[in-house]
Amino acid sequence: MREVVVLGVGIHPFGRFGDKSAIDMGAEAVRSALGDAGIAWTDVQFAFGGSFEVDNPDAVLGRLGRTGISFMDVYNGCATAATALELTADGIRSGKYDIGVAVGMDKHGSGAFTSDPVHYGAPSWYGEAGLFLTTKFFGMKINRYMHDFGISHEALARVASKNYANGALNPNAFRRTPMSEEDILASRVLNWPLRQYMFCSPDEGAAAVVLCSAEKARQLTSNPIYLRATALRTRKAGAYEVHSSSTLPVHDPAPTVFASQAAYEQAGIGPEDVDVVQLQDTDSGAEIIHMAENGFCKDGEQERMLADGETKITGRLPINTDGGLIANGEPIGASGLRQIHELVQQLRGNAGERQVPGNPRVGYSQLYGAPGTAGVSIVSL
Amino acid sequence: MPLVVPFAEDVFTWPAEKPQLIGCKCAACSAVFFPEQPSCGRCGSTDVARHLLSTTGTVYSWTSQEFLPPPPYAGGETRDSFKPMGVGLIDLEGEIMVEARLTECDPDKIHIGDRVEMTVVPFRSDDDKDVVTFAFKPI
Repeated sequence: MREVVVLGVGIHPFGRFGDKSAIDMGAEAVRSALGDAGIAWTDVQFAFGGSFEVDNPDAVLGRLGRTGISFMDVYNGCATAATALELTADGIRSGKYDIGVAVGMDKHGSGAFTSDPVHYGAPSWYGEAGLFLTTKFFGMKINRYMHDFGISHEALARVASKNYANGALNPNAFRRTPMSEEDILASRVLNWPLRQYMFCSPDEGAAAVVLCSAEKARQLTSNPIYLRATALRTRKAGAYEVHSSSTLPVHDPAPTVFASQAAYEQAGIGPEDVDVVQLQDTDSGAEIIHMAENGFCKDGEQERMLADGETKITGRLPINTDGGLIANGEPIGASGLRQIHELVQQLRGNAGERQVPGNPRVGYSQLYGAPGTAGVSIVSL
Repeated sequence: MPLVVPFAEDVFTWPAEKPQLIGCKCAACSAVFFPEQPSCGRCGSTDVARHLLSTTGTVYSWTSQEFLPPPPYAGGETRDSFKPMGVGLIDLEGEIMVEARLTECDPDKIHIGDRVEMTVVPFRSDDDKDVVTFAFKPI
């Protein structure tokens, strides 16, 4: 398979933008990615567009130019952006195309995500009973994890506080006000042990990447960033996942574990080679669990790592340097492409106040969401 | 006496002195699921049959639901009248784990590892009917 390069990245800030449509945000993100890549929209041979709220992300064509290219719309829960990225990469790896765009956009109202459980293969009564909520799943998952591996409430607050601090340094973030661990621990419980300021919020925004074959990229850039791996995996029967009315009591590993292993294998590296990390922090607990599921520590080691500040921008293993979902919110279709946007800034040394010291060379990103789907992508110089 | 009706059909046996959750078991791989579904979620076999679940189990994990769930929640409360409820993942004697409401949601009163049993609790009052749902309570 051919090698793929991330030629350009673009973002529309995340937050709330009144009447501005997700399509308009998506078009701006693509234009910004094209400018970053130094190419024109007419150079783009195909695209994938991801969204939860927008039925047809391909309506961005009406803003960018109806060139007649293949444009495919995708939705894959919180892993939508990783899916658009993988499909775009595959279009190039296979040799079918040289230049493609992955774009994600969304515009959610505030409050926890909701849907008709029937579309998730769950019965209607599951929603009527008040069980069809992602937030309670995350509460249960981290409660058990804390019990098994000695993670403290302070550790949960440290993750959120770190991500707000990083968000304060990110002009594109939704939440840009630092928050102390004390204030986070004093906020109201939403789903024990998770509190209000430990959760991300659904919001609005868009992000895009331009991918290119390595061969073609040689004519277009002298500093390529390679997309070394993309992997998507779904849940096994014995994994407790979002929107499970029941599960087998055999405790299969979560889908992230399998996506992560596949991505490391594809990239030919291990977690010890990674310099900067983006994880799905739907809530503080998710970031902690995902640290272990992605191979960055053993279960329980997070307590010490967080106390020692190892995952801060200045730490040994910086995680969510742009503030993650907690500070950026989650426009589902765009979220994972925001992660790639940040990793590219970090590897180029363009992250400004957020720059990870020591010339990071390898970036890692992970998404996880309903109904138990994970996506991992790895980029490197 | 108002009529007491379950909040949904085929979720638990009703009327019954000791209601049980209605699941299904795969004849091919023995996996158990709740609620009943037309095929096995592990191996895909369509040879599945109704299987009543144990009424006792252990709290594998739990959380509290402290804000009014958005629709399609049908408990009938308002934001002001909603009272936090516990939600648990209950290991039913090693056969299956099910998500269920708990009668407790105070971290001092419910713990991982606690033994619990199934019960039926008020869910909503309709005009002439008391609607009930299933929950687990500490033994």
